[in-house]
Amino acid sequence: MVFNFMKHLATNPGHTLCDLAVGESGILEDFDMPQSIAEHLMNLGFVPGLEILVARSGPGGNPRVYRVDGTEVALRRDLSRCIAVRPLSDAEAEAR
Amino acid sequence: MSVPLSILGTVPNPKVEQGSPVFKTVAVVGPPNAGKTTLFNRLTGLRQKVGNFPGVTVEHHTGSFRLASGEEVALIDLPGVYSLNPKSEDEKVTVDVLNGVMPGAERPDAIILVLDSNNLNRHLVLAGRVIALGVPTLVLLNMADELHKQGGQVDVLPLARQLGTPVALVSAVTGEGLNAVANFLVATPQFPEPLELPIFGDPRHCREWAVRMGSEASYKRGATPEWTRRLDSIFLHKLWGGIIFAVVIVAVFQTIFSLGQPASDQLQKLLDNVAVHLANVLPAGLINSLVVNGIWKGAGSVLVFLPQILLLFLVIGILEDSGYLARAAVISDKVMAKVGLNGKSFIPLLSAYGCAVPAIMATRTIENKRDRIATILIAPFMTCSARLPVYTMVIAAFIPDRPVIGPIVGTRAVAMLSLYVLGFAMAVITARALKSSILRSKDVAFIMELPPYRWPMWKSLSLRLMDRANAFIFRAGTVILGVSILLWALTYLPMHNGQPPEIADSAISKIGHFIEPAIRPLGFNWKIGVGLLSSFAAREVIIATMGTLHGVDPESHAMALQQALKSDLSPAGAIALLVFFAFAMQCMSTMAVVQRETNSWKWPILQFIYMTTVAYVAAFVAYRVTLLYWN
Repeated sequence: MVFNFMKHLATNPGHTLCDLAVGESGILEDFDMPQSIAEHLMNLGFVPGLEILVARSGPGGNPRVYRVDGTEVALRRDLSRCIAVRPLSDAEAEAR
Repeated sequence: MSVPLSILGTVPNPKVEQGSPVFKTVAVVGPPNAGKTTLFNRLTGLRQKVGNFPGVTVEHHTGSFRLASGEEVALIDLPGVYSLNPKSEDEKVTVDVLNGVMPGAERPDAIILVLDSNNLNRHLVLAGRVIALGVPTLVLLNMADELHKQGGQVDVLPLARQLGTPVALVSAVTGEGLNAVANFLVATPQFPEPLELPIFGDPRHCREWAVRMGSEASYKRGATPEWTRRLDSIFLHKLWGGIIFAVVIVAVFQTIFSLGQPASDQLQKLLDNVAVHLANVLPAGLINSLVVNGIWKGAGSVLVFLPQILLLFLVIGILEDSGYLARAAVISDKVMAKVGLNGKSFIPLLSAYGCAVPAIMATRTIENKRDRIATILIAPFMTCSARLPVYTMVIAAFIPDRPVIGPIVGTRAVAMLSLYVLGFAMAVITARALKSSILRSKDVAFIMELPPYRWPMWKSLSLRLMDRANAFIFRAGTVILGVSILLWALTYLPMHNGQPPEIADSAISKIGHFIEPAIRPLGFNWKIGVGLLSSFAAREVIIATMGTLHGVDPESHAMALQQALKSDLSPAGAIALLVFFAFAMQCMSTMAVVQRETNSWKWPILQFIYMTTVAYVAAFVAYRVTLLYWN
């Protein structure tokens, strides 16, 4: 596996995109992945500070579909583990 | 509709300007899924051709746009890009062409930038980068029809002022607003320098800039169509998603087998009839033989692929344009990940069970170059329909029909199934080996944008079909024709008194004798060697060759040919021959199309060496092992 997600999990338990359940939202914070992949994601709208929603899960549970900035993008779990998010509290989610 | 789809604010007079173009070469640039190709097709119509720049696999189209004055402007359709960082091959091609450093391409003196008006917050970032190049640019905000339908809006005048370029709201699908293009080409309005461009800066900064530009233009994005979400909740449903996927796959398969194969067979019959006619009309002798058995047969072996190529691309085109292909990739990704590939390889590999030629052409939906090449390299291991007649003949000749599981599944069915499994297993092994060695994708992950569902448009589908057919006939076809003529020369020369030599005296049989020592360890004699050589034209040709060598017509005397084969092969040799065919490349059309799609001879030659080596070693092992048990 190319991504160092084990390290990431150890330092950031419970704060990655992978940890959000379907229907939950978070605020994108950081990418722990090669620069080129991070840039590709940002080109697709994954810009830190934006809200991201786990829109649905594929038939096999992997990849999952995320909605950010008006587009839907499918990512595998291994990549979503490398994206740090701040989960939205219920109150915040309500406010939006 | 409150906002007129005019080019309001870009030029004083929104009517199409008369006059001579101020630009000669204009590049069409834009992100993927912004409708760039639809716009290009709309502007150029059939006045376009496809090409490769030297040394790159990425294709580009060039075409010409005719002005009201009758004068023409050359348009280059460049690969879709999100940014201008030359990391991927697509982006490097675009950047190199725009900078005028791409050999074989004239530096464009203007740019038409196509953005999706439904995604301006993202796409305006690219506008910042492109405008910063300092080349006169026309910004087209495309898909205006969808924007308005979904309740969005944008004012082009403030945006044009901010960007310092003309901006027009257009729809490439309906043609609305496209007079902006002609106006831009004949008379660029002078605009002040852009107020501020985010040339450097982090993505957050660029996006903030884009959002600010949007708000200056009172930009309001349309809502995602509700039915896209509703369809996705069915197509990506845990249960229904899988079932619908299976139905679609079966339909694709059925189309290729039940329509494509018979159509190819019919075409082959027609071509054969013409060949008979040609042979009667032309005076007997060298020319007759060259035309009928060399050129016509060669041209025929190119044309015979067309029904399958067109059908497959029609089906894939519908899936792609409707948006389902992206969903299919998501669904099949989990399985493909196990062999180190991703969901985008699934449909091409599946279609390789029909024929590797269209399958390899279908890999162009895989953006990642390494994944694409890996898919191309393993596709010919899938049991294509040209192998079936060979399998059927050899199995019928050598494998006694005995029940294995009940009365229905017999030894022959098991043998046939084993050959399918063998090819598939070798494809998996090869994919894993490639993806963990020379084609390891370090900096690539499965990232799949899911576009909204749309109705496929016949016009853009048909243009693409013609494009594929042209590319195959004129580029791969020339190689296939050349090899056919070479095989003809080896089989029919030297002529004696206007008669071709007995096949035993021909050059090809001399080569067959020459290679006999090399293939004897597999249990093959020189006749099988000749069959293998001739089957390079197409796998099933070995049957006709064996028929000729034994003086038996394989169509009318199949049993006689099967008997005759037993003089060439022991049972162990027959098993070796089946294994050899399961693995060997044995198809000049596949090689030609791999050359065409990768724009290099490196991959087809490597693939040929690899597959032939695997086939040889596996056939040798199969021969030896079978000898131990079945003599």
